[in-house]
Amino acid sequence: MKKRWVSVLLAAAIAVTAAAGCGRKKDLENADNNNATNEENTEQNGTDNVTENETDENQTANTEGTVYYLSFKPEQAEQWKELAEEYTNETGVQVTVETAASGTYESTLKSEMAKEQAPTLFQVNGPAGLASWKDYCYDLKDSALYKNLKSDEFALINDDGEVQGVAYVIETYGLIYNNAILSKYFAMDGAKVKDISEINSFAKLKEVADDMQARKEELGIQGVFASAGMDSSSDWRFKTHLANLPIYFEYQNDKIETTEAIKGTYLDAYKNIWDLYLADSTVEPSMLSSMTGEDAAAEFSMGEAVFYQNGTWAYNDIIGNDVAEEDLGIMPIYIGVGDEANQGLCTGSENYWCVNKKASQEDIDATLDFVEWVITSDKGREFFRDEMGFVTPFKTFTDEYQPKNPLIVAANEYLESGKKAIPWAFSTIPSEGWKNGVGSALLEYAQGTGDWEAVKKAFVDGWASEYKAVNE
Amino acid sequence: MQNSLKKYFPIFAFPTLLAFTIGFFIPFLMGIYLSFCKFTTVTDAKFVGIENYLKISADQTFFHALWYTAAFTIMSVILINVLAFAVAMLLTKGIKGTNVFRTVFFMPNLIGGIVLGYVWQLLLNGILAKFQKTLTYSSTYGFWGLVILICWQQIGYMMIIYISGIQNIPGELIEAAKIDGAKSSQILWNVTIPMVMPSITICTFLTLTNSFKLFDQNLALTNGEPSSMSELLALNIYNTFYGRTGYEGVGQAKAVVFFILVALIAVVQTKLTRTKEVQQ
Repeated sequence: MKKRWVSVLLAAAIAVTAAAGCGRKKDLENADNNNATNEENTEQNGTDNVTENETDENQTANTEGTVYYLSFKPEQAEQWKELAEEYTNETGVQVTVETAASGTYESTLKSEMAKEQAPTLFQVNGPAGLASWKDYCYDLKDSALYKNLKSDEFALINDDGEVQGVAYVIETYGLIYNNAILSKYFAMDGAKVKDISEINSFAKLKEVADDMQARKEELGIQGVFASAGMDSSSDWRFKTHLANLPIYFEYQNDKIETTEAIKGTYLDAYKNIWDLYLADSTVEPSMLSSMTGEDAAAEFSMGEAVFYQNGTWAYNDIIGNDVAEEDLGIMPIYIGVGDEANQGLCTGSENYWCVNKKASQEDIDATLDFVEWVITSDKGREFFRDEMGFVTPFKTFTDEYQPKNPLIVAANEYLESGKKAIPWAFSTIPSEGWKNGVGSALLEYAQGTGDWEAVKKAFVDGWASEYKAVNE
Repeated sequence: MQNSLKKYFPIFAFPTLLAFTIGFFIPFLMGIYLSFCKFTTVTDAKFVGIENYLKISADQTFFHALWYTAAFTIMSVILINVLAFAVAMLLTKGIKGTNVFRTVFFMPNLIGGIVLGYVWQLLLNGILAKFQKTLTYSSTYGFWGLVILICWQQIGYMMIIYISGIQNIPGELIEAAKIDGAKSSQILWNVTIPMVMPSITICTFLTLTNSFKLFDQNLALTNGEPSSMSELLALNIYNTFYGRTGYEGVGQAKAVVFFILVALIAVVQTKLTRTKEVQQ
């Protein structure tokens, strides 16, 4: 009997050590991943593990602090890790970068924030996104990050004057066009305009587009506008980015910056541009519900479409096929409202950095140092320019740190020529629910299964009800 | 024996119990608590009482999803079970290549829901493209798309269960029925079906709960489009949770309601089919 107990105890002991062993191994693996993505760098790993073990044993607080950045951009996951490693090599401060999979940032952030090792640096997409995270935002007023900003319009500042978020990238969107096809059209008999600069209003754009659509065989295109796909990979181009224009012009007209109830003053203009996208498109409207963002990019880059509504970030998706770099251009989206002659592109940011207030002070300091390094050091700035191709709102990014992307160059030319950039008013949209409502109504209108009244209802009534739902 | 069972019980059961507690019991209780809270992260919740439940009653999409799911469940339970039973009958007749067919029918079940949803989306859209339509054109297309998809996936699995049920019917029962002059339809209704009732209980239970809880396939096939009209309950809950700031608690409350519904249906269904089972 006694013997049996001994064996039971032994078995239990083995089980416990085995479990503990696994746990330990996992910890080490994690540490490895965190310290350096580069596995060849064994020396680095070795020393780091040693120091970590020592601090474990001494139970002393980690006076250095660590950084955990939850990144929003999957396309730059590897690059961020490299930059973090660079920083660790230089300063010895551990920086972990994790990237949420495409379209899952909010859900990843929600679960990561609940952990003990929560992100110290995270992102919100503007005022609406900030609403969920405002209790987590450290006041950045005294940080180098904020002080280096070119202007306050790139910061999220609350009523108490606290700087809750700072934009780190400025993006621009408009109508990207293929100059090669346009030139071909301009050379044709009876072309409505002879130069791209003559397309400076909605009326002209429609005239040209309709005429080009009628001659699409001659021009060798499928349609004038790349398909206005309403798949979730593409619908934001219309339910958010295109909707920005009627929202912005209404704000401008009413001299406000945000509202709890939109009136939809310029919905007719919204309808006009949407009708134009549908009529002069590469595909039948009934196909739109499953057309993706890749479809539209492919149509444009293969020279099947002339115009493609998107932003500077789309550069990599549309280059490398039929469209030559020098043929790429971008022009404002005219909807027939306001001072069209001076209308510029839509410029703003949807990427704001926030520092987690609930992290320890050491970690907060380490995080602030890290972001300061990113925007001031040569390596950080070169990285922004070369690896990510970002335009940033920071003073430290002088001319030599501007990316060479032709869309960005074109966008800058617009700004320099004195055209008035349109801000991203869509960041005041009350919720994702509103966007989805408008998107679905737009799609049903396009397919013919719904009417424009439904879009109006989603736009106006939806705004009021979503605003109420979110802010009560 | 009794003694040693008692003695070793903790050693063998403890790890499982621990895992069950950590992986199911605690999250479940936390989930119920959170449904009465307003929260952004689960560790940072503020108690608000039944407010979240009141908000559900004002949410039209939830009730649409509820009846859409109900219709989908009824359709798929009937189709899957009838077809799976028919296939099982065919494949117990001893025709040539029985094993190959069984394997082929079972295979779809081994593919994950998201992949399956995506593949079927391509297939169905490919066919609908001939008519210049797509799967998300209207919720009817999405509905039948989902039914086809779930049938394709589940029939094979249910078939296996039915086959084992049919094979367990004692040969002498069928033989006796034949000698008594029963027609094959009479054998089917009066011998085979009563005898496979345990399998029917299991299969209806599985198809019922699976269809009611369907998520991956719905997400990959239509993602609720158009206008959340092809949204099943599970996807509706997911979208509530992430779609709007401050609605995490409402999503959680919906999940609790959802749990009660599924549990209720499953209990009633098992009770009902159990009474039909016969002792051999």
